[in-house]
Amino acid sequence: MRHILSVLVENKPGVLSRVTGLISRRGFNIESLSVGPTEDPTLSRLTIVMIADDVAYEQITKQLHKLISVHKITDLTQEAAVERELVLFKVHALPEKRNEIIEIANVFRAKIVDVGKTSLTIEVTGTESKLSGIEDLLRAYGIKEIIRTGIIAMSRGSKVS
Amino acid sequence: MIIDREYEEKNGLGPFTEKQGKTMTGAQAIIACLEAEGVDTVFGYPGGQAIKIYDALYDSKKIRHVLARHEQGATHEADGYARATGKTGVVIVTSGPGATNTVTGIATAYMDSVPLVVITGQVPRSVIGTDAFQESDIVGITMPIVKHSYLLQSCEDMTKTFREAFYIANSGRPGPVLIDVPSDLAGADMVFEYPSDVNLPSYKPTVKGNARQIRQAAGMLRNAKRPILYIGGGIISSHAERELREVAEMLQIPVVATLMGKGAFPASHPLNLGLVGMHGSRFANYAVTNSDLLFVVGARFSDRVTGRLADFAPHAKVVHVDIDPAEIGKNRNPQIPIVGDARVVLAGLEEQLKQEPCEPQTKEWLDQIEEWRKEYPFYSPGLAATSGSISPEGALDLLSSMLDQENSIVTTEVGQHQMWAAQHIQTEEPRSFLSSGGLGTMGFGLPAAIGAKVACPEKQVVCIAGDGSVQMNIQELATAAIEGINVKVLIVNNSALGMVHQWQNLFYNQRYSETLLPDIPDFVKLAEAYNWQAERVSDPAELEAAMKRLLDADRPALLDMRIDRDENVYPMVAPGAPLDDMIGAVNVGPISEMIDEHEVGGR
Repeated sequence: MRHILSVLVENKPGVLSRVTGLISRRGFNIESLSVGPTEDPTLSRLTIVMIADDVAYEQITKQLHKLISVHKITDLTQEAAVERELVLFKVHALPEKRNEIIEIANVFRAKIVDVGKTSLTIEVTGTESKLSGIEDLLRAYGIKEIIRTGIIAMSRGSKVS
Repeated sequence: MIIDREYEEKNGLGPFTEKQGKTMTGAQAIIACLEAEGVDTVFGYPGGQAIKIYDALYDSKKIRHVLARHEQGATHEADGYARATGKTGVVIVTSGPGATNTVTGIATAYMDSVPLVVITGQVPRSVIGTDAFQESDIVGITMPIVKHSYLLQSCEDMTKTFREAFYIANSGRPGPVLIDVPSDLAGADMVFEYPSDVNLPSYKPTVKGNARQIRQAAGMLRNAKRPILYIGGGIISSHAERELREVAEMLQIPVVATLMGKGAFPASHPLNLGLVGMHGSRFANYAVTNSDLLFVVGARFSDRVTGRLADFAPHAKVVHVDIDPAEIGKNRNPQIPIVGDARVVLAGLEEQLKQEPCEPQTKEWLDQIEEWRKEYPFYSPGLAATSGSISPEGALDLLSSMLDQENSIVTTEVGQHQMWAAQHIQTEEPRSFLSSGGLGTMGFGLPAAIGAKVACPEKQVVCIAGDGSVQMNIQELATAAIEGINVKVLIVNNSALGMVHQWQNLFYNQRYSETLLPDIPDFVKLAEAYNWQAERVSDPAELEAAMKRLLDADRPALLDMRIDRDENVYPMVAPGAPLDDMIGAVNVGPISEMIDEHEVGGR
């Protein structure tokens, strides 16, 4: 099962490698990972997406809790959460195809952020299904490069994770 | 460990040290931190990036430094010191190779939950990351084998870091903590302010068990017909021996112990069934397999205990007490999980049981176990084996009877001799059988004995060693001789790497690939070169007198005891076999049919 973990950690050198090292040496693979500062400058937030069965998932969260640098772990899979990821597509786009591609981008509320002689760079934000939707359509024109930020997520309502 | 302000005030520790508020160098502050923590002994080895720390240590009147002959030796010595006392062991080494040489020692302590603080010199901050001379990323290298680690970034963080390190190492589930100190910080000036407390919002071990779960556990224990207490090192780390005994006696529950739990329950107690697992007694393993309730305290269902996990105690419900939530449900799902300190939880249980006393229900069960005990005792042929050589089992029975168990500590290396020691040394007291359980580190026993003897000079400390493993830290013979640390070494010498030899004998068609050790070195000459007393014995008739000379020596002494190469440790649960399927000198089970199937590994 796919899990989204929101992990609040000390904002110190080496903490990221403690967390990722622990996950990999216990035999799990990270699907995506994003890291950034929080409203409290002494803390950073990691959003980790991983596939694990229930037993493995329980073990990994318990092990993560044991790290002194880990303050809090929230499983955003279990609750209503806003989930976002930003993707940049560099799409093969000869001048005669540009308008078609821009129309597709508009449908997905994506932005054109760069235009080259034979390419368009498109920025799009959303959930995984929306992103794979636009990816499928753009593939017809030839995608030269994709860069994804990894998922970030936040619980809905007034609750803080 | 909770910081006890009153105790610190009375003894001039913590923020009450006389050095509080004084200006000093970072190196002097490190020594002041150790003094503030009440450290009386450190083990280590100097080097370029540790010179400043050693220079400051030169002035300390409170700290004894034991100079090892290898940093791995120093780390195991600190570990032996910690295991023998419950206090935190301290190691000081230099950067680069000094630091990397501690790795096996740190991993050993981590696997067995031993509190250590390891201080490593580091190159100056300005050249970190440039592959400077004797630079190694020791924080990175040790990340998977420490409870926590620090790379000191400034002198302002110094005292806070040490306070936290000692607190983390010796609270919750204990473990090693590493502090890497760039040498420019050791040279900088600073004001020494030792914090009175630690502030670690992310680290709050659960000590008190959930009251409702303890109540449920009490109910289950009362009603169990065939209960077993399965205990591990957690009993010893939390000083739960009295509470354990109380609960076991009230309910008349027999006790099996892991290697790490040996000594937590007295060997002579009628409820004691001794070692469980791969080389546990047949009666202990049968008892576990047939139990209807397994009450597990401070143990972790290690593969060396369970055999084939799916067949481990197949009819039993499980109550699992551990301070580390990650151990609960890791290998076996308990019916009742209780996260908490073993002593506190057992005390709570004791109280529950006293409130509603009940008659123990286990008479039939105990009778059954006594039958097994009579039918399948540990093999012990007396001093002479059938081959005519000294029998290792008999020799260790003899040693055990010659030791005053309340004033002795036995350490072991790793291998056959370790298992014979675990089976035949009748340990009565906690912290008196020290062995590398989780990592299985050959080379642990001799330095651990040195550390234990430094901690407990009034005790007789004997290292039971193999001829293979004792060579892995043999240089520590010098440490003992020069520092006047009167330890004894009994080498159970079979001229082989005995445990692997045994597996090759049983499972690899007697193809003894690289396990035969010719008689080099001559251990007697070698020990004498280190100014030890030493002799060799191979005649069973001479063993007792030789053993007596070993134990009575007023300086470090070694006995090279020769045994037959083909001696095997029995009983044995083959890797991958269920616990009640044991190979042994008697009643060979269906084991021979599965010899081709098991996974293989380990010394």
